[in-house]
Amino acid sequence: MSEEVTAEILTSHILELAQSGKRLDGRGADEYRPISVEPGFVATADGSALARIGDTAVLSGVKLELGKPFPDTPNAGVLTTNAELVPLSSPTFEPGPPTPRAIEVSRVVDRSIRAAETIDLTKLCVTPGEKTWVCYADIHVLDHSGNLIDAAQLAAVTALLHATVPAKRFGVADADYPLDVQHVPIECTFVRLGDTIVVDPTFDEELAAQGRLTIATDEVARVVAMQKGLVGAFSPEDVKDCVRRAFVHGDRMRAIARGGSA
Amino acid sequence: MGSVGAKDVPVLLSPDGLRIDGRRLDELRPITIRAGALRQADGSAFVEWGMNKVMAAVYGPREVHPRHLQQNNKAVIQCRYNMAAFSVDERKRPGLDRRSQEISKVIGEAFDSVVFAEEFPRTSIDVYIEVLQANAGTRCAGLVAASVALADAGIPMVDLLPAVAVGKVAGAIALDLKKEEDNFGEADLPMALVPQSGRLVLLQMEGHMTEPELSKALDLGVTGCRAIYEKMKAALRDRYSVGPVGGSSA
Repeated sequence: MSEEVTAEILTSHILELAQSGKRLDGRGADEYRPISVEPGFVATADGSALARIGDTAVLSGVKLELGKPFPDTPNAGVLTTNAELVPLSSPTFEPGPPTPRAIEVSRVVDRSIRAAETIDLTKLCVTPGEKTWVCYADIHVLDHSGNLIDAAQLAAVTALLHATVPAKRFGVADADYPLDVQHVPIECTFVRLGDTIVVDPTFDEELAAQGRLTIATDEVARVVAMQKGLVGAFSPEDVKDCVRRAFVHGDRMRAIARGGSA
Repeated sequence: MGSVGAKDVPVLLSPDGLRIDGRRLDELRPITIRAGALRQADGSAFVEWGMNKVMAAVYGPREVHPRHLQQNNKAVIQCRYNMAAFSVDERKRPGLDRRSQEISKVIGEAFDSVVFAEEFPRTSIDVYIEVLQANAGTRCAGLVAASVALADAGIPMVDLLPAVAVGKVAGAIALDLKKEEDNFGEADLPMALVPQSGRLVLLQMEGHMTEPELSKALDLGVTGCRAIYEKMKAALRDRYSVGPVGGSSA
C-alpha cells in the first residue's frame, strides 16, 4: 500500500527531528494533542462519550442488562470491555475478524478498567447467585490518527462516569440511578523515537516508533496496568520516568473525564 | 427490535392528524449533514437524522481486498453497514448479522448504479457505514451519509442518492418513520432516488399496503428524497465553498 511506501521516508524524518528534540506537529516530548470528551453522545446507550485526542476520535457506549452471575462469583456482577477497530476509521483497517492489534487495544483497556476496580462488581449484584447487572462498555474507533489506547480508555471511562443503571426500565427498582464508579483509571502511552520518549504518539509516530509503553494510573496514585508493545526496548529508568509522567497526565485527563470537557 | 418492557401500542396518530412526535404525515424529522467529518478517510460524512446518528467513510479507489474480487473493466464497490453494540435499546452483539449483510448488499448495489465505476478498473471503492445511534431509518440515513462521503471523496457519480423510508401508521401513509411508528406501524418502505433521472436504486418494503397506498407512498417518498437532496447539496457546498472575506456563508 502507498501508506507503507511513504512511511519509510516519513519515519526517517520523524527520527531525525526527534534527535533535535522536535516533533512533526511542533509539540514537546511531554505534550498531548488537545483532549476533549463529549459525554452523552449516544442517547440509546446508558452511558456514552466521544473522546478526542487531536484527530483521533473514539466513541464508547455503556449498556447494562440483567443476567446471571458466574457460578464462581455468585455475589458479583459482570463488566466487559470490547473495542472494535472498524474499517471506517483508518485506511489500514480491513473488515473481518478482529486483528491482533484490535484485540490488544481491547484487552489493554479492559485490563486497566478491571485492575483498577473501576466498578465495585458486588454492587451490581441484584439477587446473589441469580440476578445481576451485566455492564458492557463497547468501544468504537471512529478516526484513527494515533494513540488509540489512550483515546479508547478515556472514552470508556468517561462513558462509565456518566452512566445510569436502568433499574426502572428493567423493573428492579422504582427509579434509575447513577452507576457507582469507585476508581478512574487513565492510560498514558509513550513511544520511543531514537533517544527521546514522547507521549501521545500520532499515527505516523507510531509507525516510526521503536517501542511503545502504556501505563494506566488511577486517582489514588496506583499504577494499575502496563503494556509494552511494538518492536523496541525501554530501560527500567525509562519506565520509571514514564510512570512519573503518566501520573501527571492521568490527573489532568481524569479531570477532563469527570468534568465533561477540557 | 422491541424495547425492554414494551407495553401497549402507543397512539400513533392524533384525531387532528398529528403523529407521535407532533409531525404532519408529510413531514421529515430534522436532518443535519456534515461532509468531511473524519480525517483518515478519503471522504466522509456525519448525519444526524431525528434520533439517528450515522457516520460514513469512503476509501478509494484503492487496491482490491480480497484480490479475487478485482474486476478488469471497473471498480468494485464494497459496502459495509454495521451497527454499534450500543446503538439500540437492547445491546446488539457486535459484528455483522444477516440483516446488516443484506443492507450492505443493497446499499452497495444502489451506489454501483450511479458511480462511474468503469473509470477505475482493477480498484475497489470501499464504503463504510457505522450506525452509532439508531431510531428507525438507519439504512436511509446511512445511504445519505455514504453518498455525501462519496462526493466528498471526489468519486464521479451520476448524482447524489437521497433516501427516505415511507410507512403506514395507523392506516395513514407517513413520511420518515421514527422508531415507535416503525415498531407498531403497518408497513415500512425505504427507498433511494436518483434525482436527475427520477428513478429509484434502492427499494424495499415490509408490511401491508394497498395499491393506492403504495402509489401514494412512492410519491411521498420521492418528494421527501428531493427535500433531502437539497440538504445533501448544501452540506457539500458548506464544506467546499469559499465564503466572502471576513464572513462565512451560513
